[in-house]
Amino acid sequence: MKKHHPFAAALALALLGFACTAEARDEIRIVGSSTVFPFSTAVAEQFGKTGGFKTPVVESTGTGGGFKLFCAGAGEDTPDISNASRAIKASEVEACAQNGVTEITEVKIGYDGIVLANSKKHGQFALTVKQIWLALAKTVPVDGKLVPNPYQTWAGIDPSLPAEKIEVLGPPPTSGTRDAFVELVMDKGCEEFPEVAALEGDAKKETCQAIREDGAFIEAGENDNLIVQKLEANPKALGIFGYSFLEQNADKLQGSQMDGVAPTFETIADGSYEVSRPLFFYVKNAHVGVVPGVKEFVAEFMSEKAIGEEGYLADKGLIPMPDSERDEMISSAVALTPLSM
Amino acid sequence: MTDLAVRPMALRRPDLSATRLRRRYAAERRFRFYGILAVAVAAGMLGLLLGSILYKGYSAFYRTEIALPVNFDPAVIDPAGTRDPAVIAAADYAKIARDSLNARFPDVSSRADRRALSQLLAAGTDLRLRAIAMKNPAIIGTTATVELAASDDVDMLMKGRISRAVGEADRTLTDKQLAWMDELEADGLVAYSLNTTFFTAGDSREPEEAGVLGAFIGSILTMLVTLALAFPLAVATAVYLEEFAPKNRWTDLIEVNINNLAAVPSIVFGLLGLAIFLGFFGLPRSAPVVGGLVLALMTLPTIIIATRASLKAVPPSIREAAYGVGASSLQVVTHHVVPLALPGILTGTIIGMARALGETAPLLMIGMVAFIVDVPKGFTDAATVLPVQVYLWADSPERGFVEKTSGAIIVLLVTLILMNGIAVFLRRRFERRW
Repeated sequence: MKKHHPFAAALALALLGFACTAEARDEIRIVGSSTVFPFSTAVAEQFGKTGGFKTPVVESTGTGGGFKLFCAGAGEDTPDISNASRAIKASEVEACAQNGVTEITEVKIGYDGIVLANSKKHGQFALTVKQIWLALAKTVPVDGKLVPNPYQTWAGIDPSLPAEKIEVLGPPPTSGTRDAFVELVMDKGCEEFPEVAALEGDAKKETCQAIREDGAFIEAGENDNLIVQKLEANPKALGIFGYSFLEQNADKLQGSQMDGVAPTFETIADGSYEVSRPLFFYVKNAHVGVVPGVKEFVAEFMSEKAIGEEGYLADKGLIPMPDSERDEMISSAVALTPLSM
Repeated sequence: MTDLAVRPMALRRPDLSATRLRRRYAAERRFRFYGILAVAVAAGMLGLLLGSILYKGYSAFYRTEIALPVNFDPAVIDPAGTRDPAVIAAADYAKIARDSLNARFPDVSSRADRRALSQLLAAGTDLRLRAIAMKNPAIIGTTATVELAASDDVDMLMKGRISRAVGEADRTLTDKQLAWMDELEADGLVAYSLNTTFFTAGDSREPEEAGVLGAFIGSILTMLVTLALAFPLAVATAVYLEEFAPKNRWTDLIEVNINNLAAVPSIVFGLLGLAIFLGFFGLPRSAPVVGGLVLALMTLPTIIIATRASLKAVPPSIREAAYGVGASSLQVVTHHVVPLALPGILTGTIIGMARALGETAPLLMIGMVAFIVDVPKGFTDAATVLPVQVYLWADSPERGFVEKTSGAIIVLLVTLILMNGIAVFLRRRFERRW
């Protein structure tokens, strides 16, 4: 008989687990971009500490994955808020609408700079988007014809650059940082060549955005800390990642100048460092009033002490919006004005 | 009779020369040397890994504290003098902390400098002071010396993980902050003590406030569900297949499937969990009960295979003897075979559980890779597990999380060692030799 006791207890335990699943959700669920994750979690923690609500649960699923979950329907088993490192796409809005998620509020929280950085053991790079495109594109124009990228050293691109092998560590195509880098640097860089600018449609897109696969560009995974460690070990390599990682590792790394401007908090904020992108979160209006605290969470996120110039998100590396833009955003966010489709 | 003598054949005579003997001994010595080399390389790698984790992680277990005289000012905490707990709880303790720092450095006057000064203390200082005042309301109105945890940047500086040699612009602490810390240290106010927050708090975005308790409890809850489901199911399956089931095409098919299932990548179980448990049954996201279910599916084949192997190892003579004294099939199994196979079953279970404890991929799909501050209280509360906590901290930009990451790995390893220790203990206890 003795043998049966552990089994019985185990089964009872399992049943208990199933039995208490029916209760209503009382904490906010947030999914989405890994870039917005550090900011969203900081607000969530603050919100849980100070307000009368439970701390929201934040998942880092990537921007696209976040919208997929967010748009799966309106109901307690779907998230209330989705973070995004780019604006929502028309196709995603459509998918949302098909599943009954018709009212979404778009909230811009600030900007994030993308930097090309290297170890301080090496000199600082001063690059232009044109040079970066030449260094990283899969095919480049030589004598009027598109050929597979022949450049192996930086000096080969421009004699003013060091005579060293091109080695760039960057995020994989699934990353929002990679999307933004392609859009802000690669797309701009290729426009400087009349041969490429003359191309049309998909051919142009392919030429501009394709990144070389011969070893000069190394996909280093989604983990930005890993790139930081690899840069320390290899001073000749450059790495592509978000500004917040540069700020935290300023004793070891330096950002390269882009078209003559070095990435600093000030230059990204005033727009003179051009490789920066807006960050957003999206609220499901149908959940406001159903899941407790959604409105209050938005208010906390948009408060001066969070996204203001000296707010705690600025300490985490978020570049705040200019005052006028922020005031406008705060009023539309607090009123939960839905996105016009 | 003399065939052998008549027909001489090319008989291979053993070469008994000393040269060959030496060669054979040398070959054996070489082989042993290779074996020792292989063990040494493996042990060296392991030592390197453990060494680097311990070196990076040991400092997560202590923290820098600044002893400050704190004036629990009744005008700030409880102006009306009611000593009502609600009033005491709602007071502005951040101001009390700021005031005590300002009192220590009276010549710091500009707003920016005062802000920089208040950044020396941990983000959760106000909550700590509040806890003190709530626990002991008599302290209000007095000045007590409290050892307050320093902020993560100060902590990193004092532990030598931030270099003083680099320029001011390149570190997270300003020259002024360094000077203040030097002054405090010269006065003997800086001390190091056990980092209790690390063991008693959930996750946080501030390294000095982050702890592993939430993830640890999440791991325990998940493992309980896994054990409760996988162990009885797997043992029952294995006993039936091994002792009762007829040998036919169906049982062969089942066996092949179980063996296959043991090699399926863990992410597949996560997808299954997403589709079945979340999609079809509507169980909550991020809950340990779902994590446990998914990991139980993953662990089942491992335990079944180990259990079957140890049942097979029980000598047939035991069964025959039991039948001989008139035991029924059920009695043979429950009284003799399973108890004798128990050490092997337990070892298999612990191996399966250890693998489940270190798993993150299937949990990604069911939402357990998430930032969760509150320590879970039940099987349906949102929770995360230790390896996920390691992953999340490894991906955080703040320097303070580097040691926390290794610290969490140490906690995970100690948990695994304890589990394996239990397995060894149980095996010793139940082991029988024939």
